[in-house]
Amino acid sequence: MVGPAPTHNGVKPHITVRDLTMAFGSFVLMHDLSFAVNHGDVFIIMGGSGSGKSTLLRHMIGLIEPAKGDIFYGDQNFTKAEPEQRQELLRRMGVLFQTGGLWSSMTLAENIGMLLEEYTDLNATEIREVASLKLALVGLKGFEDYYPSQISGGMQKRAGLARAMALDPEVLFFDEPSAGLDPISSRLLDELILELRDSLGATVVVVTHELASIFTIGNNSVFLDPDAKTMTASGDPKELLAHCPDPKVRAFLRRGEKENI
Amino acid sequence: MIQAQDGTLVIRLRGTWSLKAGIPSAVDVQNRFASPGMSKRIAFDSRELTSWDSSVLTFLVEVSELCRQRGIPMDREGLPAGVRKLLALAEAVPERKGARREVTEASFLDRVGTSALGLAGSSKEILGFLGEMTVTFFALVRLKARYRASDLFLLIQQCGAQALPIVTLISFLVGVILAFVGAVQLKQFGAQIFVADLVGIAMMREMGAMMTGIIMAGRTGAAFAAQLGTMKVTQEVDALTTAGFSPLEFLVLPRVIALILMMPLLCLYANFVGVIGGAVIGVGMLDLSWTTYFNQTANAISLTDLSGGVFKATVYGVLIALSGCLRGLQCGNSSSAVGDAATSAVVTGIVAIVMACGIFAVVFYILGI
Repeated sequence: MVGPAPTHNGVKPHITVRDLTMAFGSFVLMHDLSFAVNHGDVFIIMGGSGSGKSTLLRHMIGLIEPAKGDIFYGDQNFTKAEPEQRQELLRRMGVLFQTGGLWSSMTLAENIGMLLEEYTDLNATEIREVASLKLALVGLKGFEDYYPSQISGGMQKRAGLARAMALDPEVLFFDEPSAGLDPISSRLLDELILELRDSLGATVVVVTHELASIFTIGNNSVFLDPDAKTMTASGDPKELLAHCPDPKVRAFLRRGEKENI
Repeated sequence: MIQAQDGTLVIRLRGTWSLKAGIPSAVDVQNRFASPGMSKRIAFDSRELTSWDSSVLTFLVEVSELCRQRGIPMDREGLPAGVRKLLALAEAVPERKGARREVTEASFLDRVGTSALGLAGSSKEILGFLGEMTVTFFALVRLKARYRASDLFLLIQQCGAQALPIVTLISFLVGVILAFVGAVQLKQFGAQIFVADLVGIAMMREMGAMMTGIIMAGRTGAAFAAQLGTMKVTQEVDALTTAGFSPLEFLVLPRVIALILMMPLLCLYANFVGVIGGAVIGVGMLDLSWTTYFNQTANAISLTDLSGGVFKATVYGVLIALSGCLRGLQCGNSSSAVGDAATSAVVTGIVAIVMACGIFAVVFYILGI
């Protein structure tokens, strides 16, 4: 199997998706998706409701097997990887699920601690310290011993982010981070994402249809069109807004409002 | 409500229209259209309309559809402004092609085939699950399985100690019922004392394990399915998978272990309570003394009877835990799916128990136990 080709400037992309077809049984959701995410990108997966954004993300983290095509992390083929190699790759990813996905039977500190316990040699006190630090990073200092059901939805999202960062991942995935958040919390989360990207040097992949977020944080993107059943645009969302040849993409990026030329 | 003048059909809307009062049918209008030489145009008069809600709209959409089919122009000037706007809104987006589901009656063969394929699919899923669980068990034996001990203890408490009240009640009553049924018959031969044998052997060999199994399928199997199903809906299972924890090791294994440990104990307890139930009838109705009754029971039952029952209960425990967890993990992505998962877990659990019971009966008979 040949690895992904380097991009034009000779830098190897971090994530490469090649000829990906997503299908449930005989129903094809999207076909021939090919794009590359560079190191340090904030990559946006955008598209209307039901276009398969979250499904694409679930493919990228191995929860769904592609009907066709490959996903590469660096030079490694994630789709065709052996279970051990796949685990190794997964350990370097952090995922924030749409509903937070916190383990409800554990406190926040235990949620984060579980990963550290499994994948590091830290002792219990050190684990507790690291968990507190991660919670402090998302503004939840002092909430270590709360259960997920005892905190608000926005806090659950942030706690989910703290858990996603537990092992200092190289790639962070966000599934609809602003869904169910008020505008201010949503903006704060955007800022947090950018700060984390800058300080951790991680690559970020975000599924969203929040225009404000798309333009604030995104520097690369892919647009999924449910009618064409494939991607119809990719690149910097700001460029797409100005120059994308596809009127549907431009319309999406300006909330369907008329273009004033 | 309908008046015709010079080829224009004026529909006069009057009084109060409300959904509570029902929606008048557009059949009258259709009949007018069908009668020849009438209705080149349609108009409305709503001056006497005092109040309206969606009932007016529903009626008008129907009328409008009729007009469209027949190419009759519809003058909406006579309608209240609000109705006009809502009507325009309802018709703004044309019906999406292919959006309407074809409701066709599937033929008998078609349905048989579909269910057969579904059955094959679900058998494959069950086999896959059993295979993976076997692998997980080997991991447990090699001490490589990862789960939280605190989860296991909580589960043991939930499906052990907390099940005692219901197990007590049901097995006591089963003992009473068995004794009653036996007492009436055996009294005719003056063989009342054999009620103790009947209750003892029946409880030890079959009823203790069976009743515990069915109670636990309803109580714990459903709880397992609901727990795992909810975790699936809230993406906790996904989070486990991406964090590299196998949901089978982490969620299913402790549940299976908890039931394997607790079912034999519950079964022993149920046997004991059942015998007490029988003794209450023996002493109360048949004038036996407590000592005679218990001596007779002790003589009647053998260790083989007892251990056979306990062994069955352990197997039932595995079946309940596996069916509960399987249905939970198969759960779809909605709250109604969690309910379905719980229902299906109980059904699968009880069916599996009864089937296992039948197999045990045959095997025990062949082995002469």
